[in-house]
Amino acid sequence: MKYAAKRVAMLVLTMVIVSLLAFLAFDLISGNPAEIMLGTEATPEKVAALEHELGLDRPLAEQYLDWIAGFFTGDLGLSYSYKVPVWDLIAPKIAVTLCLSLLSFVLIVLVSIPLGLGSGGKAGGPLEGLGTVLDQLCMAVPAFFLGILLTWLFSTTLKWFVHGQFPGLGEDLWGSLRYLLFAAVAIAVPRIAMTVRMLRSTVLSEMNKDYVRTAISRGNDRGEVLRRHVLKNSLTPIVTFLGQTMAEIVAGSIVVEQVFAIPGLGRLLVSSISNRDHPVVQAIVVILAFWVVLSGTIADLINQGIDPRLRREAGR
Amino acid sequence: MKKSNAYLRAGMVIAGALTLLIVLGFFWTPYDPTAFVGGKFQPPSLAHLMGTDKFGRDIFSRVLKGAGTTFTIALATVGIGAGCGTVVGALTGYFGGAVDEALMRLNDALTAFPSILLALVVISLVGPENKYNVVLALGLVFIPSYARITRTAFASAREANYVKNARLMGASTPRILAVHILPNTLPVLLPALTIGFNNAVLAEASMSYLGIGVTPPDASLGYMLSEAQSMFTLAPWYVLSTGLVMILLIFGVGLMGEGLQRAQRGVA
Repeated sequence: MKYAAKRVAMLVLTMVIVSLLAFLAFDLISGNPAEIMLGTEATPEKVAALEHELGLDRPLAEQYLDWIAGFFTGDLGLSYSYKVPVWDLIAPKIAVTLCLSLLSFVLIVLVSIPLGLGSGGKAGGPLEGLGTVLDQLCMAVPAFFLGILLTWLFSTTLKWFVHGQFPGLGEDLWGSLRYLLFAAVAIAVPRIAMTVRMLRSTVLSEMNKDYVRTAISRGNDRGEVLRRHVLKNSLTPIVTFLGQTMAEIVAGSIVVEQVFAIPGLGRLLVSSISNRDHPVVQAIVVILAFWVVLSGTIADLINQGIDPRLRREAGR
Repeated sequence: MKKSNAYLRAGMVIAGALTLLIVLGFFWTPYDPTAFVGGKFQPPSLAHLMGTDKFGRDIFSRVLKGAGTTFTIALATVGIGAGCGTVVGALTGYFGGAVDEALMRLNDALTAFPSILLALVVISLVGPENKYNVVLALGLVFIPSYARITRTAFASAREANYVKNARLMGASTPRILAVHILPNTLPVLLPALTIGFNNAVLAEASMSYLGIGVTPPDASLGYMLSEAQSMFTLAPWYVLSTGLVMILLIFGVGLMGEGLQRAQRGVA
């Protein structure tokens, strides 16, 4: 419990640093937002008036605290290009990206764990070489290229979904999930290859340990040893890796949302970067960073629960 | 040992052949990649190896040029990342101390973030419509991972006998770092370079697919894929040939990395 509290405190601290960096970086580099919003109509008086309206004439520290509070109250200022509150732009998209990420994560876990364990039990042989080559090949396929092929196959040819017509989670939940499923596959395939590879090497190195040899030499069934001993002992690196996978999925979704025309955070992020809509970029960056840090924290907490050695270390 | 070389050899053949083609593309392409040279939507033929697009441009020439852009950006990115990262890692690893502690904490935090996310943040700060900014953004993002790898290697070499010996013989610190320790880090650095190169290709292609970074008239594989996606039904060969060239490049370099890693572990 003490460890959990410590870990959560670290999460908060990391987020404070990340948000401070995001705030300062955009504040220093992006120039005066009032001038940007006014564009060609900017006169010194108008700029000063808008600055006052936006609260830009206040001290930096106050602006920062206000902005952070905005993540809890939903007041994150105005978007430069859409002239609507940033929160109204972002809020409906969070759920979409969350669904897409979770869907990909479930796919990755369901496919790669049986594959990785199945191929991890035996070393050497021609199958292993083939597996390695297949792994490298899957890792070489960029998620967005796979996405293009999937859209062509399932949308243009088979007409299982209509590209560009995302139904919206509120209106048609099942239709939306079906739409997202194809995007999730595109994100998942390269990651599955990496996870299988990682699983295989973890399990193989565990299988080479003395206790496994002893267990097998005492007449235990190989599969049984794999399931009951090896799997338990390789669990912590796997959980850590899956935590990183969650973070990588977020990055994958930024690109794949564009391929499938899914109205999620990634798509908004990209268009906001092109439009130099910094309040929106800033907010999305902090939200995605939170997601990344949170996945790492959860993975660590799960590992604490699994491995008593880690608990003792943390207690000391 | 024998098999590890098979991966390395196969990877070098694939990546080497592509590199030759790409270098050739810098000096000569069958057609001008931006000129309208043939009929529209011609399927692949001897005259146009990968067919033509909706303007009648020769896709093979475009792919050569585009792969060249992607290749150059990836090399420059890895150059910046590995160059700066190695210097930082060597100094902090060799000297240790409070700076080392602080930098490694920062590194741990940074490497937790997916590189494309960080690169997008940097690029939204420096401006999205410039290929040099992409190199800068990606290069910066790659520094921590290389710093981390080299730091470990240099820190473990600090108290090694051959380093103590060199110190006793009066070798200067820069000489110890560059001549004595650096070559010993190559077994871990080389596979990291191949992995970094692949990540850079993927990141650059993703960003230019999103319309960030390389913009027309420059072509890059990612930008060409976004262009090709809109004409998939009329010219499927455009998407397929562009994608396949990219996959082959990553696959070849990936196999090289696999071979190097296996050679280093000393297993087949």
